[in-house]
Amino acid sequence: MEKTQNNKAWFLVLPVLALVAFSAVIPLMTVVNYSVNDTFGNNEFFWAGIEWFDEMIHSDRLHEALGRQILFSVIILAIEVPLGIFIALNMPKQGFWASFCLVLMALPLLIPFNVVGTIWQIFGRVDIGLLGHTLAALGIDYNYVRDSIDAWFTVVIMDVWHWTSLVALLCYAGLQSIAQAYYQAAKIDQASRWKVFRYIELPKMKGVLLIAILLRFMDSFMIYTEPFVVTGGGPGNSTTFLSIDLAKMATGQFDLGPAAAFSLMYFLVILLISWVFYTVMTNMDRADAQGGK
Amino acid sequence: MARITLENLAHSYLPAPKGEQDYALKELNHVWQDGGAYALLGASGCGKTTLLNIISGLVHPSQGRVLFNDRDVTRADTAQRNIAQVFQFPVVYDTMTVRDNLAFPLRNRGMDAAYIARRVDQIARMIGMEAMLSRKAQGLTADAKQKISLGRGMVREDVNAILFDEPLTVIDPHMKWELRTQLKQLHRNFGHTMIYVTHDQTEALTFADKVVVMHDGRVVQMGTPQELFETPAHTFVGYFIGSPGMNLFPAAVQGRTARLGDTVLDLGADYGTPQGQVQIGIRPEYTQVSDEGLPVTVTRVEDVGRHRILRGALMGHPVNAILHEGESLPPEPRLSFAPGRINVYADDWRQSAKGAA
Repeated sequence: MEKTQNNKAWFLVLPVLALVAFSAVIPLMTVVNYSVNDTFGNNEFFWAGIEWFDEMIHSDRLHEALGRQILFSVIILAIEVPLGIFIALNMPKQGFWASFCLVLMALPLLIPFNVVGTIWQIFGRVDIGLLGHTLAALGIDYNYVRDSIDAWFTVVIMDVWHWTSLVALLCYAGLQSIAQAYYQAAKIDQASRWKVFRYIELPKMKGVLLIAILLRFMDSFMIYTEPFVVTGGGPGNSTTFLSIDLAKMATGQFDLGPAAAFSLMYFLVILLISWVFYTVMTNMDRADAQGGK
Repeated sequence: MARITLENLAHSYLPAPKGEQDYALKELNHVWQDGGAYALLGASGCGKTTLLNIISGLVHPSQGRVLFNDRDVTRADTAQRNIAQVFQFPVVYDTMTVRDNLAFPLRNRGMDAAYIARRVDQIARMIGMEAMLSRKAQGLTADAKQKISLGRGMVREDVNAILFDEPLTVIDPHMKWELRTQLKQLHRNFGHTMIYVTHDQTEALTFADKVVVMHDGRVVQMGTPQELFETPAHTFVGYFIGSPGMNLFPAAVQGRTARLGDTVLDLGADYGTPQGQVQIGIRPEYTQVSDEGLPVTVTRVEDVGRHRILRGALMGHPVNAILHEGESLPPEPRLSFAPGRINVYADDWRQSAKGAA
């Protein structure tokens, strides 16, 4: 049968194209514009080429912020993923307490970011905060404003408090999908608790767990509000992560050119890591599927 | 290997059962002889799986005791009982290879590697999966997965019993027959006690030496396929075994005769005067279609190949009869019953004739 070729349907994509242009492409292009120009206001621009990129790539300030950022993401993933799995494994599977736990776990996720920051900012204060004051009363020298280790400790604990629930809830959903027969078969086969986890629960959780890790990685890599409210990036620069540094540069110092170059590279790094992650994930699935055939 | 004894066993899934209707499994006493091949037959939801899970220790009974030989294992967990069980739907460990799946129960019991390798090869040959041993279990077809489950159930040699919970549901018909034959072979070779749950009578009758029929949480009869056919102990057995099932008619029984409407039938033995709701049952195989006997209204005749089945009504009650090859249907068909083949039921339970067992 002859099919008539009619590509006019492509025009139906136009509204979306316009929408995306306004929501993403045009703002992004202004950033691109800033990154290759120098400006002193008054809408006057001087062509700078890749000078800002060159400067930023060799900037110690950016290297340090990137280092802190990677360290932060690694630490919170190393805590939140195992902790989330552990919580999911120990949550009640049904009945009143299951719903109760679900609501309880969801609560931190519903709190706005700057409120979370404010909560911990006050919670950790040595003079009036419950945590800070208690620690001080116990004779522990804790002050997140003065000591960079304490500041890190506070920011990490805050993120764990805020986001472990997400990992736990996703894992819980994965666990709920396991049929009872699997556990029964494992009992019959006399599998140990560890083997039940390793060969039944973990494989069934793998999909959601990878999504949880990806989400947590991206979110933590772009974290801004909470540490900004709690420590403001300090003491010194010790909790100045990429976003905080970027905001300082752009809106604090009005170095729009370097900031634009910075943000484009930042964006590309996240895109790159997410792409690698996604590729690894899909390849793993494919390898699994081929394993059986 | 063990003889399994169930004493006063009953189970309810409710925490505080009020009456008999709350029990998924009503009180029963039962002995499974060591090395027997049993089939547990019944409609869905009659308590078969509950009974099986009690034997394997996945469910603990509300009352009664479970004995393996003379050891009380009522409260023992599954591992201590050393039982193998195969479930209705395939349970395989996806991330493991087929070989590791089969070896899993042996490794968990700390068997030595050389023995495991030998045993796994043996089982793989039996289920016809030698070629797939190194593949991952994930992505295999449902029947291949179920074969792995079966293999895992049979891989341990020292188990007390092997329980099968409708294991061939997902397997295609040809493979079903083959696997059933292999199970039977395995039973002959190793003499494990085997209990095979199914709702398919063909499967039950071909697999087992003894068939246990369950109905509504109760064991209604245990016997050889022949006994189930000739003398069903309960009207449910009569209805469930056989294709089509037994014909049942309400009748008034007095001594050697049964009165069905105006007709008096010879029962061939003395049944006294049974009380309650009295019915007589006759297998379609033992009815004779001719121009003598009780008038029957024919609604249709089905040709099933070897014979034809006449479906109709006898005094307002549905009736089935077998028309053997070469027999023709008279213009005004009538039914007669072979006297020694009539069973008498009072309140659904079979009455034995005086002087007979």
